[in-house]
Amino acid sequence: MTTWNEYAEQRGTLPEWPYPVQYDKESEIAADVLIIGGGVAGSHAAISAARLGAKVVIAETGHLKRSGSGGSGVDHWHGACKNPCSKVTPLDYTQAVMESAHGYSNGMARYITCSEGWDTLLECEEIGVQIRDVHDEFKGAEFRDDETKLMFAYDYTNRHIMRVWGYNLKQCLYYEMKRLGVEMYNRTVVTSLLTEGGRQGGRVVGATGVNMRTGEFYVFRSKATIIASGGGGRLYSFAPELTASSSMSTMNSAGTGHAVGWDAGAEFVLMEQTGPGRLSGFGYAPYSMGNTHNTYHGTSIVDANGKEVPWFDPFGRELKTVEQRFLPNGEQRFQLGAGIGLGTYAEEYRSSDLARDLPERIRKGEFQLPLYADLTRLSEMERRCIWGMMIGNEGKSRIPIYDTLTKAGFDPDKDMLQAPVMVPEAYQHSNFWGGTPIPHLRSLAGGGFLVDWDLRTSLEGLYAAGTSPVFGAGCHGESHTMGRYAARKAAAYAKACAEPVVDRQQVAAEKARAYRPIKQNKNGAGWKELNYAIARVMQDYCGKYKNLRTLNRGLSLLKELKENEGAAAYAANPHELGRMLECFSLITLGEMVMHASLERKCSSAYLDFYRLDYPQMDPPEWEKHLPMRQEDGRVAVRELPLDFHLKAPYAPSYEENYERHAH
Amino acid sequence: MSDKIYMTPNPATPNKGQRFDAILCNGCNACVEVCPTDVMMPHPEKEKPPIVLYPEECWFCGACIEECGTGALSMAHPLSQNISVNWQRKETGAYYRLGMKNPPPPNRRPPSGGKR
Repeated sequence: MTTWNEYAEQRGTLPEWPYPVQYDKESEIAADVLIIGGGVAGSHAAISAARLGAKVVIAETGHLKRSGSGGSGVDHWHGACKNPCSKVTPLDYTQAVMESAHGYSNGMARYITCSEGWDTLLECEEIGVQIRDVHDEFKGAEFRDDETKLMFAYDYTNRHIMRVWGYNLKQCLYYEMKRLGVEMYNRTVVTSLLTEGGRQGGRVVGATGVNMRTGEFYVFRSKATIIASGGGGRLYSFAPELTASSSMSTMNSAGTGHAVGWDAGAEFVLMEQTGPGRLSGFGYAPYSMGNTHNTYHGTSIVDANGKEVPWFDPFGRELKTVEQRFLPNGEQRFQLGAGIGLGTYAEEYRSSDLARDLPERIRKGEFQLPLYADLTRLSEMERRCIWGMMIGNEGKSRIPIYDTLTKAGFDPDKDMLQAPVMVPEAYQHSNFWGGTPIPHLRSLAGGGFLVDWDLRTSLEGLYAAGTSPVFGAGCHGESHTMGRYAARKAAAYAKACAEPVVDRQQVAAEKARAYRPIKQNKNGAGWKELNYAIARVMQDYCGKYKNLRTLNRGLSLLKELKENEGAAAYAANPHELGRMLECFSLITLGEMVMHASLERKCSSAYLDFYRLDYPQMDPPEWEKHLPMRQEDGRVAVRELPLDFHLKAPYAPSYEENYERHAH
Repeated sequence: MSDKIYMTPNPATPNKGQRFDAILCNGCNACVEVCPTDVMMPHPEKEKPPIVLYPEECWFCGACIEECGTGALSMAHPLSQNISVNWQRKETGAYYRLGMKNPPPPNRRPPSGGKR
């Protein structure tokens, strides 16, 4: 008996809520450093701040042992530029990223993370993560350094991207947090930031939260606060009955950190940037299908007749050997690798890939569906590394893919894994398991808190870490490193700042708002119905194509959802209450995206952003950031050059800024 | 088991993301404790497998299985996804899929990295 239906049918009664329900019970928790969101960024931040002697409190929606987008593992670590084998400097790397993104990325976060990423990884090794081939399984492989036993991904010449056995990494962070005495609040949905005097734009002095099992209300009072929460995976594509397993972010990913920051008056940039909703769309289980992207990079793809799809370098030259897939080609100095939060890659730094006209060739009958990933065409070392090392350590790949498929008899030495059968256009991107892109499903792609060289937001006392909250910031490893860095700055601030004072009126108002869904007439909509409606508004009015009218209409509809259906929505238990409060955050997140989209009065290929009323692509006068914030409840926007991080009040070079701020 | 037919909602979807072997499961609720999205709830009776209350909130990370000390727990992606996981043996041309009847013998090779 394992399902609710089975229980109900066999017992003829319903099971009671298993946890003590304590609505309205209020606890106040004091911290030097409060961390909101306990994924890899937040957990690493907690460790970093605790090691500096701060009293650290961390609030997490799931359970810290295994939660977060990076919580189920990692197989490769980008931008470890200072590892002993790397031939890429932090400056090279940062400039390559900024050039690829045409300036629409975060030079500060990139430089910080590739300057310290290797140190962060060494810290992970110290607490139990395997980062070297200590069992000599890959001795002699081209992607291995036999002296240090380090292993590399994507670019075997330049060796700045590490292959790691990170499947237990989150548990290692968890036990280290425990050892250091970090105070952990699991199952806690954060609902607001508290500010000095309750004033929007004031110093951040804490946060409020609700426990999703007991309904208890928490008032966190903190000297410094770090937002390390997830993105808004549920904003555009919500269909959990179908798609949770094809999602790269959990149900907890509701943009809560963005929303509470926005309401507190913090400044944001690039919220208008969205990308195809491929990873959280109606795809296939991650890594479960034949493909040659990311973790599978370099895998041979063949058609139904065994005919191999050729590879090309970014300049359009066909590769002659399998080995070339892992090497820079021609005039390339190094490759960046994929999956680092970039929508576009300059050719000089882009990895080689399948023939770009593959869809056309499929249409003409040159390659017959279905396609297959044929790992047998790789060297034994490479095959074992992709299937067994990377598939086996990457998030959601150990149990769901490696164990499941090998138990079912799949043998990479003998078998070819089929790619999904899709419309020809869908083979344009070599991550086939993402499925056919659906135009109206989008995902947030780089928007976040505007930070400075301390990773401080525009609000005093509030820092940000992680690739979701910090604009334009990267992927898994970068999240750790930002957490580690932001925590140093937050801990230093906490030592010097005045005692935080919580505004009781602000707490009371927030408490009333948070508990409204349990005190409603039960005829109100439930959280899922509300979430579906939010997603529909986003898809329809702020999809790939938008204009002034759709955006204004969308904003009106979100406001109505908030004030009508949302205000009357009903939650039957603390779990539903938590999900409902996340939906309220989603509405705010949607408003942020729409406001940002209204402000950018042009289209942009770099931002994958299309205004039907401003079709001109990337006009030079619009190549700038448009930081926006709320001031007395109204949206205020200013302009900032894309290279603001190298202009006054900052120093003109990356090195100088880093030296001034990092320590 | 009762023969009565009750009015119940349709089965929650996906149907069987987590499956418990009721004999092996000792009801320790370690899986309940760590699940990132609180998919399962403790059973009202001690030593019984948890109740999967919110299956659609599962993101199929496998945390529950890794946490389980008894081997009672297994997982399956939604049928709409597992039906797509097909492979072909190069030598024989034979087709296989996840969940097929009469599957081939399991491949027992452990993942890289050795025991933890």
